[in-house]
Amino acid sequence: MPEALLELQEVEARYGPLVALHGISLKVDEGEVVAVLGANGAGKTTTLRAVSGMVRRSGEIVFAGKRISRSSPEALARLGVAHVPEGRGTLTDLSVRENLRLGAYVRRDRAGVREDEQRILGYFPWLEQRAGQRAGTLSGGEQQMLALARALMLRPRLVLLDEPSLGLAPMVTAEIFRIVGELNEKEGLAVLVVEQNAALAFEASSRAYVLEAGKVAVEGSSDELRRNESVRRSYLGY
Amino acid sequence: MIFAFDWTQLAQQIVIGLASGGVWATLAVALVLIYRSTGVVNFAQGEMAMFSTFIAWSLVNHGLSYWAAFFLTVAISFVAGVAVERVVIRPVESAPVLTVVIVTLGLFFLVNGAARWIWTPEVRSLPNAFSTRPIDVGGVAFSIQDLGNIAVSLAAVGLLWVFYRFTKLGLASRAAAVNPEASRLLGVRVSWMLALGWGLAAAMGAVSGMLTAPALASFDQNLMQPVLLYAFAGAVLGGIDSPLGAVVGTMLLGVLVNLVGTYVDWVGTELQLPVALAVILGVLLIKPTGLFGRESVRRV
Amino acid sequence: MRQRVLGSGLWLLVVGVALVVYLFAPTFVSDFHSRDLAHAGVFFIAICGLNLLTGYTGQISLGHGALMAIGGYTTAALVVHEHWRDVWTIPLAGLAAGIVGFVIGLPALRLSGLYLALATFAFAVAMPSLLKKFSGLTGGGQGLRLLESAPEQVTGISGTVTIFGHSMTQNHFLYYLTWAVGLVGFLLAWLIVRGRLGRVFRAVRDSEIAAASAGVNLARYKTLAFAISGVYAGVAGALLAIQDEIVNPLTFTFLLSILILVGTVVGGLGSLPGMVLGALFVQYLPDISTRVSDAQGVPDFVYGAAIILVMILLPSGAGGLLRRLARPLTTRLYTRP
Repeated sequence: MPEALLELQEVEARYGPLVALHGISLKVDEGEVVAVLGANGAGKTTTLRAVSGMVRRSGEIVFAGKRISRSSPEALARLGVAHVPEGRGTLTDLSVRENLRLGAYVRRDRAGVREDEQRILGYFPWLEQRAGQRAGTLSGGEQQMLALARALMLRPRLVLLDEPSLGLAPMVTAEIFRIVGELNEKEGLAVLVVEQNAALAFEASSRAYVLEAGKVAVEGSSDELRRNESVRRSYLGY
Repeated sequence: MIFAFDWTQLAQQIVIGLASGGVWATLAVALVLIYRSTGVVNFAQGEMAMFSTFIAWSLVNHGLSYWAAFFLTVAISFVAGVAVERVVIRPVESAPVLTVVIVTLGLFFLVNGAARWIWTPEVRSLPNAFSTRPIDVGGVAFSIQDLGNIAVSLAAVGLLWVFYRFTKLGLASRAAAVNPEASRLLGVRVSWMLALGWGLAAAMGAVSGMLTAPALASFDQNLMQPVLLYAFAGAVLGGIDSPLGAVVGTMLLGVLVNLVGTYVDWVGTELQLPVALAVILGVLLIKPTGLFGRESVRRV
Repeated sequence: MRQRVLGSGLWLLVVGVALVVYLFAPTFVSDFHSRDLAHAGVFFIAICGLNLLTGYTGQISLGHGALMAIGGYTTAALVVHEHWRDVWTIPLAGLAAGIVGFVIGLPALRLSGLYLALATFAFAVAMPSLLKKFSGLTGGGQGLRLLESAPEQVTGISGTVTIFGHSMTQNHFLYYLTWAVGLVGFLLAWLIVRGRLGRVFRAVRDSEIAAASAGVNLARYKTLAFAISGVYAGVAGALLAIQDEIVNPLTFTFLLSILILVGTVVGGLGSLPGMVLGALFVQYLPDISTRVSDAQGVPDFVYGAAIILVMILLPSGAGGLLRRLARPLTTRLYTRP
């Protein structure tokens, strides 16, 4: 069986004395879109932050065969993991173009970066017109798309996407997920997406993990989980 | 009654004011740099600049020309600034703001004391950067030194601007100041960006010191203390988080202080400092964020 | 119920020890050192006041030296011009500084953090010049000399002071007086912090918006904090004037404001016990620095290095350390087995 792209084994994470994750195990294969679901406070965002190294954690985390259980966030970018944080992490005082450029900060291949910039602008054509605009003036949905575009500038092997629907209108969110799906199909991009909106997440992903109180409560194929009423009612509230 | 106004004198005083303001501007930009990256006002910025000036003096004393010493000192100051950040500021990076403020106050004493110990108190002077001859521009006599000071200050600030605006490192530095967490996720080594900021600030301070000293017949370890106050005042006027504000603010302040000193009799030259203080208080009471500063939105 | 008994038992012990130390310290230190301790007491009072303002309502002041000047000059002026007995001027000095503190607190409402620090900084820097300007009242650059102008109003001028039948040297008297006032001030601060006012102050510090939404009249409490802290500074300034028997503009420079702030942060913001350590730190560090070497510049260097080192090692000051040490004594009571 081929090695998973990203694998977490019994990962614990804490904020000071508060333990947020009590031993999470999950994996993402190449080219897969995997969703992490659950109610508020279940530990979804913390899971992504544990992968990136933004929270104190213990346990095994392996990315593309490399142990990253002790790696710093800066190192993750250099390994090809792009993390779009909760709230988008837009660099509000910088321009749209500058935000995009920073996405490729760790890359050394100037030609490749320029190529990618063109390709990415193809997915988000409106970004080109707004290139000089201050990123903070974009709407929530636009900022989310900018954050995604910026992540793509890394030419990542894996994108960690934290609550893309947060604060956005359903139509905008649907568009974002549509683009994620397209990227996954066309470019084989692997995505680990944390989402509050379970319905959308099930649609966009092939597998899903449902968290509760810092542990994985249920896992399986998105199709099956979506049809499972008791799962939906117990953990996802619908 | 015929009202005869001496335009020549006004133009001259404005240029003199701009020149003093320019010298303060580089120190003010240093303050803003540190404030934007570390979130603190570095009370020791003036003393660090003074220390750099003494280094320049030693270099000149050992035979270097003024300009050779100037550039070498700027380079040394940059490295020293980075070192100060790594050794003294980094350990308190995540400490409460007031703790860092106290550290900069401690740095004030430390640097001042070091300068007094290394260089004994005696009369010293730096050679002039520019010739002291006057030059005729449009029929009005200006001092080359004043014009030169303005030019060097603006050039220094300009170079800094180019760095931040057009280089990759400068972009990363700006990102780190705006959103450190998101920047780390993009691979920016935020901690080192802070060190870079301190290095550049120290370099700017050195420029300020090396322009201040030659204008005086002699200088000692108290050289930069008034300059720091003027730099504060100018930075507050312009907006403590705006580099452009720092430059505009200090140059405006320089002109203001000079004109008030020239035309308002009871102010004279001794009360120029209180004028600066009055400016600080006035700005803070009317519009704390100054001319170009941004009102920070209070997140609930 | 058990927790509270243990808590207050511990406190009583600490208070008891403190009282014993206070009463008997002069017998163990020389007369000269009593003077030093008295001086430390001045810092202690000012630091307690600043702690209430900055540690508990989060308003930064770099101008407390200037408030001390108000108190000190009030005392000096009353003694020299109005021939009041020096010690009786203390309450009025506190009141004067409290009023000025309140007046500063009003515009301070519109300023926060850095801007407030800069405004109070400007005030502190301007104070010596202001003092020189109103020379009719303040004696200008020369200042006011209590000893020369009104010696009969200076307590202990004869060398000894007699209280309740005990006689003691002037220095001892100054020590006892200052720390008595200090202990009273500490007690008052403790009561404030423990009580409703303290809770409101902390609410203001932690989140002004939350406090305002909860109905707290921010303006009233913030200016009140400034006023109270002003009173402390004024009293400290008065005691300084009484100890030194002289005031002049150089007594109350910006440096003094820095020292008070350093003492407060080193002592630990929001921590009352640490304030004693903060005061002792600020009082004795310059001495110790000079002791290392009195070559030009070395004392300042050592002084600065010590401040930096203390902040690096104890970012939350002595109070933070005390809290960490005290935790094992209290956590056992709060966590369930």
